[in-house]
Amino acid sequence: MNSSRFTNGVMGVLAWIVALLIFFPILWLLLTAFKTEQQAFTVVPNFFFSPTLESFKTALAQGSGYWHYAWNSVLTAVASTVIGLALAVPAAYAMAFYPNKRTDFLLVWMVSTKFIPAVGVLIPIYLVYSAVGLLDNALGLTLLFTAMNLPIIVWMVYSYFRDIPKDIVEAADIDGASIMQTLFKVVLPLALPGLASTGLLALILAWNESFWSITMTDHSAATLAVYIASFKSAEGLFWAKMSAASVLAIAPIIVLGWFTQRQMVRGLTFGAVK
Amino acid sequence: MAIVELKNVAKRYASQQGSSGSNAVDNFNLVTRDGEFVVLVGPSGCGKSTTMRMIAGLERNTEGEILIGGRDVSQVPPKERDIAMVFQSYALYPHMSVADNMGFSLKLKKRPAAEIKAKIEEAAQTLGIEPLLDRKPRELSGGQRQRVALGRAIVRDPQVFLMDEPLSNLDAKLRVDMRAEIVKLHKRLKVTTFYVTHDQVEAMTMGERIVVMKDGRIQQIDTPINLYEFPANRFVAGFIGNPSMNFLRAKHAEGVVSGDGYRLALDDAHRSSMASRGAADVWVGIRPEHLRLGDATDTNRIEGKVEVVETLGAVTMVQLSVGEHFVSAQLPGHRKVEIDDTLTLACDSDKLHLFDTDSELAIGRESASQPSTAVEA
Repeated sequence: MNSSRFTNGVMGVLAWIVALLIFFPILWLLLTAFKTEQQAFTVVPNFFFSPTLESFKTALAQGSGYWHYAWNSVLTAVASTVIGLALAVPAAYAMAFYPNKRTDFLLVWMVSTKFIPAVGVLIPIYLVYSAVGLLDNALGLTLLFTAMNLPIIVWMVYSYFRDIPKDIVEAADIDGASIMQTLFKVVLPLALPGLASTGLLALILAWNESFWSITMTDHSAATLAVYIASFKSAEGLFWAKMSAASVLAIAPIIVLGWFTQRQMVRGLTFGAVK
Repeated sequence: MAIVELKNVAKRYASQQGSSGSNAVDNFNLVTRDGEFVVLVGPSGCGKSTTMRMIAGLERNTEGEILIGGRDVSQVPPKERDIAMVFQSYALYPHMSVADNMGFSLKLKKRPAAEIKAKIEEAAQTLGIEPLLDRKPRELSGGQRQRVALGRAIVRDPQVFLMDEPLSNLDAKLRVDMRAEIVKLHKRLKVTTFYVTHDQVEAMTMGERIVVMKDGRIQQIDTPINLYEFPANRFVAGFIGNPSMNFLRAKHAEGVVSGDGYRLALDDAHRSSMASRGAADVWVGIRPEHLRLGDATDTNRIEGKVEVVETLGAVTMVQLSVGEHFVSAQLPGHRKVEIDDTLTLACDSDKLHLFDTDSELAIGRESASQPSTAVEA
């Protein structure tokens, strides 16, 4: 009893230490965002200072284009998630309820596309995009995000569909439901929590994506990742302004994540426990 | 209501090598009467569920024809076969209320709301689940879910009911109650019903006719009492009846079958069919309930040492070792029997069953007195 309480205490302290280690960069980012550029550059870490909103003002100022970038982030993240789900649901439905000999291979093959490093396909995709005029284009970026997330979305939706007993789908079949009616009236309502966490994960992955955003866009389709990077200018690094910009970039997704914590945990541990 | 016909129906699964596929169901022939209650029974893996799923259309028969009400439905999807099915897992829609579960099929058929409501209420009344109509399946007990699953089938007013081990998830007492209730329901609705079970007691108590299956093949189709009295082969003899039949490998000579520890005289019917066989080996089958305590004066005697005694109150089950065989006997409850006693059992000649040692088919009496058997070799 006593020893288990002691163990629990030690584990608790360890958990806090690890949590602080993970959280520290974000805390530092947050603190730096409220500093002046001079304070941000001090060699000795400075935890106590009089906070200022100067950096945020600059970051949100008329010419900075925050709202432009934010709009692109929202547009590409939401659109790629919606398209991704729309493509993944039928694919996962077929694989979960009408599996054949090739289904397992297909699933592994889809995920194996994630093994290729993005730089590996950068040149061909860049050349194709350049040829068809999709560079610096919101549609082009949305398609990239969709393609990037599709294997994960299919896997997750597939795993949620697999949790639905096949008997229920067969019962709907006998009750006279068409495939579409079975999908919309039986399968999707039952998989809704799973679909929500899948959508949320896809949204976050697309929102946080920086490699393709930075290389494939310039200004008109640029997302918040590009906006943050733009504070690394030729004149030098503006730590405080960059931090303020980063806070503004990650704030929406962190708030979203905060409100949907429970869904997220379910989504990230999918398939772990049946 | 309809007559269901299965003609040479087979289900073949392609094997991995593609050369010789295995048959889950082979050469299945059956014609039901209109409104008949047919039970498919057999050990697990015998093809009974596959047969039912082919009637439902959830799986396609690879050979033969399935006719419902005279229409060949082999290529027809489940929803156009006008059947209703009760699943072992109930398969209720978890996100719908009981009423919505029951009305789902009618809603899909775009029936008027008033008609749907009336049908749901009528079915709910029949099954005594009116107070549950607004609840979700997760708020119901196993027995209640079972009733809802039945209700969902009833409101359809289908030509055929299919029930796939519907009672196997219920506890023993509830199972007995529901068994009687399904039989009553069938008497009222008079819909042709197929009922799959692995439990021979369920089969015997519910079926008007029983199809006994093994390894994808029909062993015998008959009424419960005929299965019990005239099993077509050794498998059916051992499968039907509880406790199951004793088998003794015996030598036949001039109307008497005997072996180490037993000597049994045949009746006239058996005697004449064994006459042509001469001195052959044969399986003798005796049901435990047809054995009684005897003595040295009995012509039909089985002698052995008592190994196990199970006192059940009304009856006492005794297991004897007779030569190389074990024989169980069901004796009256008040008989005092001790382990290691030597017992002499007796039985009547007309209660004996004989089976060929190679084909395991029944020998003898079936031709004389068996009325309506369809036997598939």
